[in-house]
Amino acid sequence: MKKITIPINKNTIENLTSGDAVLLSGTIYTARDAAHKRLVTAVKNKEKLPFTLNNAVIYYVGPTPAKPNMIIGAAGPTTASRMDTYAKILIPLGLKIMIGKGQRNDSVKNLIVRHKGLYLVATGGIAAVLTKTVKKCELIAYPDLGPEAIYRLEVEDFPAIVAYDSHGGDLFKTGINKYQKNIPSD
Amino acid sequence: MRYLDLKTVSDTVRELLIDCAVKADRHLTERIKTALNDETSPLGKTVLKQIVENHETALRDGIPLCQDTGQAVVFMEIGSEVAFTGDLNGAVNHGVKSAYADAFLRKSIVGDPLKRINTGDNTPAVIHLKIVPGEKVKITVVPKGGGAENMSALKMLSPADGETGIVKFVLDTINKAGGKACPPLIVGIGIGGNFEKAPLLAKEALLRDLTDVSPFPHIKALEEKLLNKINDTGIGPMGYGGLVTALAVKINTYPCHIASLPVAVNLQCHVLRHKTKII
Repeated sequence: MKKITIPINKNTIENLTSGDAVLLSGTIYTARDAAHKRLVTAVKNKEKLPFTLNNAVIYYVGPTPAKPNMIIGAAGPTTASRMDTYAKILIPLGLKIMIGKGQRNDSVKNLIVRHKGLYLVATGGIAAVLTKTVKKCELIAYPDLGPEAIYRLEVEDFPAIVAYDSHGGDLFKTGINKYQKNIPSD
Repeated sequence: MRYLDLKTVSDTVRELLIDCAVKADRHLTERIKTALNDETSPLGKTVLKQIVENHETALRDGIPLCQDTGQAVVFMEIGSEVAFTGDLNGAVNHGVKSAYADAFLRKSIVGDPLKRINTGDNTPAVIHLKIVPGEKVKITVVPKGGGAENMSALKMLSPADGETGIVKFVLDTINKAGGKACPPLIVGIGIGGNFEKAPLLAKEALLRDLTDVSPFPHIKALEEKLLNKINDTGIGPMGYGGLVTALAVKINTYPCHIASLPVAVNLQCHVLRHKTKII
């Protein structure tokens, strides 16, 4: 288990390979479908973004509302591929790490290699456990989107796995090939 | 005739949904623990252990198992001897609204699918009504998450495609879903009926007891065959590679047209949530 602190430097990124388990600490931003649509519209209109994209970490999550005395509600990853079309625009602008679940398309995978980034995956459906790693949560943009608003989170030892690394490594491909017993018919 | 106050319906829907958010299916934790013995992939084992820990944490601390607390799907079997006055759908939606507000669950419904403005209270529910003999009302709630629902599929096969065609379509659906639908999955399959009946059969199959098998020997055999083939895909927990891709396959069938063989696959992520109460 490798401990990773954000901001993350180039060396650290290049030393990580797909399948590595990491514990992530530092500042990350939440954003999912509706927030991405607004971010990309803001980029197209040359408007100021609610946070700096350069070296940013985006966590694809829409948390449940926090109960009184809680920092945040349940907060696990959502399916990353729905954000592929937006990531294509954000990665060249500096987005460095994305956290979500599930495989993504090849163009995102290639952009991650070209811009030396990472796609991390967290286990879906373990939100009660993951929420314990969030130490601070602040609403920073789009409150009208409810669960899809953008929050700035401080996380400590958030457990994730490197899915796509900066060298083209793909956990889904290598992992599934290793355990596959039948080859799909087509 | 028995008179039923619709407030009882609202209260029951509310109670069941709140319970589901923090408490998974009663057989699920045991089933995951069995899977932990079958799994050889180290990352797969890690995921399964996290799932067991999550079941304990959610229940102990009252935190939803998953941040996607779902679209509320409500099945009602209403006895023909039951009388009520008022708006039944309204009563169900009132129960949904108060559950999601009172228990701090996520409001995940947009009113118009193209304009996409959140309704703010997780209504409306998807409601399925059936009239049955008797004077009871059976209410089942399923808070269904978006990730696995998105990877579900329907195909109108030809009768000539037969069992081979069914197996191929199911495996294609599972392979396409990969890690996106949060495996290990429970796979609900509807075979027969028509274009709208097959997906409903698939969803109803997911309501079956996690430990049961089809009462029809040839369907039971197909459930077993598909479970093995799905686990042979190597997708594994969360798609990281492994031997446990599905925990169960449930097939429900219905008569169909001489020209048709509809097949629907409704994927359920490992957070299997559904609860029933008879009032």
